[in-house]
Amino acid sequence: MNAPALMNWTLALPELVLAIVGMAILVFGVLRKGDATFPASMLTLGGFLLAAILVASRTPGVGFNGQFEVDSFSMFMKELLLAGAALSLILSLDYNRQEGLSRFEFPVLMLFAVVGMMIMTSASNMMTLYLGVELQSLSLYVLAAFARDDARSTEAGLKYFVLGALASGLLLYGIALVYGFSGTMDFAELTKLLTKPETASPGVIVGVVFILTGLMFKISAVPFHMWTPDVYEGAPTPVTVFFATAPKVAAMALVLRVMSTPFGHLLGSWQLLIILISIASMILGALGAIGQTNIKRLMAYSSIGHMGYALIGLAPGTPEGVRGVLVYMIVYVFMSAGAFACIIAMRRRGRAVEQISELSGLARTDPGLALGMAVFMFSMAGVPPLSGFFGKLYVFLAAVQSGLWALAVIGVLTSVVGAFYYLRIVKVMYFDAPAEAFDRRPAALSFVAAATGLFTTFFFIFPAPFVNAAQAAAKALF
Amino acid sequence: MNEAGFPVLSLITWLPLVGGVVIMSVRGDEATVASNARWTALWTSLIVLALSLILWVKFDPTEPGFQFVEEVKWLPEYGVGYKMGVDGISVLFVLLSTLLTPICVLASWDVITKSVREYMLMFLILETMMVGMFCALDFVVFYIFFEGVLVPMFLIIGIWGGPRRVYSAFKFFLFTFAGSVLMLLALLAMWFQAGTSDMTVLLKTQFPPAMQTWLFLAFFASFAVKVPMWPVHTWLPDAHVEAPTAGSVILAAVLLKMGAYGFLRFSVPMLPQASVAFAPFIFTLSVVAVIYTSYVALAQEDMKKLIAYSSVAHMGVVTIGIFTFNIQGIQGALFQMLSHGIVSGALFLIVGVVYDRIHSREISRYGGLADRMPVYALVFMLFMMAANGLPGTSGFVGEFLVIVGAMQVNFWLALLGGLGMILGAAYMLYLCRRVIFGRLTKADLRTILDLSPREIAVFAPLAVLTLWMGIYPSSFTSFFDASVAAMVQHHTQAMAAPVADPTGIVVKLAQGLH
Repeated sequence: MNAPALMNWTLALPELVLAIVGMAILVFGVLRKGDATFPASMLTLGGFLLAAILVASRTPGVGFNGQFEVDSFSMFMKELLLAGAALSLILSLDYNRQEGLSRFEFPVLMLFAVVGMMIMTSASNMMTLYLGVELQSLSLYVLAAFARDDARSTEAGLKYFVLGALASGLLLYGIALVYGFSGTMDFAELTKLLTKPETASPGVIVGVVFILTGLMFKISAVPFHMWTPDVYEGAPTPVTVFFATAPKVAAMALVLRVMSTPFGHLLGSWQLLIILISIASMILGALGAIGQTNIKRLMAYSSIGHMGYALIGLAPGTPEGVRGVLVYMIVYVFMSAGAFACIIAMRRRGRAVEQISELSGLARTDPGLALGMAVFMFSMAGVPPLSGFFGKLYVFLAAVQSGLWALAVIGVLTSVVGAFYYLRIVKVMYFDAPAEAFDRRPAALSFVAAATGLFTTFFFIFPAPFVNAAQAAAKALF
Repeated sequence: MNEAGFPVLSLITWLPLVGGVVIMSVRGDEATVASNARWTALWTSLIVLALSLILWVKFDPTEPGFQFVEEVKWLPEYGVGYKMGVDGISVLFVLLSTLLTPICVLASWDVITKSVREYMLMFLILETMMVGMFCALDFVVFYIFFEGVLVPMFLIIGIWGGPRRVYSAFKFFLFTFAGSVLMLLALLAMWFQAGTSDMTVLLKTQFPPAMQTWLFLAFFASFAVKVPMWPVHTWLPDAHVEAPTAGSVILAAVLLKMGAYGFLRFSVPMLPQASVAFAPFIFTLSVVAVIYTSYVALAQEDMKKLIAYSSVAHMGVVTIGIFTFNIQGIQGALFQMLSHGIVSGALFLIVGVVYDRIHSREISRYGGLADRMPVYALVFMLFMMAANGLPGTSGFVGEFLVIVGAMQVNFWLALLGGLGMILGAAYMLYLCRRVIFGRLTKADLRTILDLSPREIAVFAPLAVLTLWMGIYPSSFTSFFDASVAAMVQHHTQAMAAPVADPTGIVVKLAQGLH
């Protein structure tokens, strides 16, 4: 904050460009006669690509009078969430057409959600943080209810909205408390004020707990996970993919930044909370998924569990831990996008099917799809040499380094329980008698599944660049 | 560059995968694909076997350290590298794995008719994982191979297995996985402590005794399940009974050795104090395994289950040998591991021969096979005797050395451990009498055919090796003489040296006592 009056608005160029592209697409969609979904989607993809290039070409700095910060951490997270958003958008193309959801607002809503997320990752002030969260959330509420004639989708949208509004309220209340007891919303100022944990006022601590609650809702960690299975199940599947990838990255970015930078010195006050949330998420994610018959609900519990594992890396409050979370998030985004690509491919006679039993004998009827799904399942279970193993490796390493043994031991044991339901899907596909074949899948699905599958399988050959990037990003927070 | 002049270990590790890619890229109708898959798998595994013989020829038995070492940077910032190498302890297991893979391919030649291509692919992947695990000199690499074995084995049991294959496959996977993840934590703790996951460095690192206890328990969780030791052996009979013949062979011959190899490679040399402290515990479990599972084997009605229980008993002898910490004991354990690898593999193949013809493993379904199948009866007797430890066969040398080693530790240990030989003779001879001898009364056995040339080709190398190992064991023990001697010496030194005690608790306790 050496130059407080500095605007430095070019730092936010990717966000600005993306927002302008979004508005342009809106105008284009309204003016164009006939179905504008496909061109709008392509333009949105182009916008994501442009934003990704712009993000990569930023130089770190602070702008908007200290409200907006670009550092290697935010750049890392932005690239990752753009990748997740782009993958979900590609997956939506054919699905929306087949399900009669072809409306050009879909990519636009996604785009504005992404703008919100990018602002979240760059927030260096409580106001910016809240602004980003709300921009993202409002777009996501609409997306969840996008299949508006479908009762389940409407229910999902409403549920997400009511609970999301509550979480936003809690977040805002926490921000207010922190501001009231410390007199500032600026992260850098807060960091300086809270250097000595013993002098921190209890009001600030209560505020931190509220902020944490709001953010834990966004990453669907236990006990703020209630909405996840219903929303995952009810929302159109491409929206579920989107929910499982980009917003998780953005919310995790916020959690990491807020907990490490302004409240980093209060580690002693919030560490136990994170440990408990992490353990609860891992246990619930593992046990809750066992009884599921709907694969989207199963994935919801799986993502709750994954967030539990990722939070292991936050608990130590060290750069190594944050590095672990970041590696985990890379791996998680590609794994989830791939698994959902396989789920979207589950269509029979023109209708999407979601029961796990529908996968029966897939290895015989569609070996390629079965192989892809099996790779993602084994990877999510954390079986080496697939990428999921490396995600777990780095968070467990951080936990072990900080002596958080209980967390590490519970983590590995729940991963065994989790392995059971992932294996169950492999069992249904490989060991059971074949059911009727699925419809021919569109090329876009095969492309996403193959690309993410190759990433997941061969991550072990070239982990160094990803781990090093995560390392550099994590250092920026400390 | 290493002794061979080229990265031979990486080549034999990864070549099977190349074969797998070839298999998967074959197009055509089902019969073409199947026959292509068979031949590609056979040739790949034979080439790998031929390449691995370079190790046999070029390995320097006088050198106790690692040979054929190769290293590639992988995650240099974290002290993780792709490092491969073999010493006297691991080299023969590499050869065992490369020998058994072509035998398994050959044994499944006509038997497997469903998804042949995927089946052969699984065995080639399995070979990569097994060889890689025995060659790995980096902890992370080791763990990847160690765990990677689970996936192909899970699929082999689950897809080509018997009626209860799903239950068995899950049990196999989850038991082993649960043990391994605890080992992962130990791995991370050691990695953090030493700053590197290079096993050659870890072997020289001293860990504080309090930490050793926990590390030992974590390793124990993994290796005890894999060996398997009583009472965590229950997955083994299930997995063996349901797995296809070749799957059982690999399971018994190589996968069980991974646990014992882990004890030899990690627990004993890296955690000497904890190993000594836990030795009585291991001895107790091993003796229980030897006696209890032998009795259980005696009561079995299913041939595969009987052999599976006998495996648990034989591996009990191995763990006794390892924890004697003397040259005879460890050499005996290693020899017993090799011998069991060949003999138990052959025994499962023997069961597979009649199972392929009659489709039953019930002992009571058979009787008097010697009349119709003289060659089969001969092979049956040979491996049965080798399993009993008859002098002149490979089984004798290992058990004898272990008993000699155990005698130096404790008379009762040697006595109770040696009881396994007697009980082994009991259940094996009983099995032999019921299957091979007696009167040929069953109608469908009157037309049963003797071994085909393909089956003879499968058994011949195993029979030769069994006799060779029994008659002239030195050609095998010479490989690990130096390494075992160095290991025992290292252990004695570690135990004699003042205990590294950074916190000074031991010193303070000692002062307090005076």
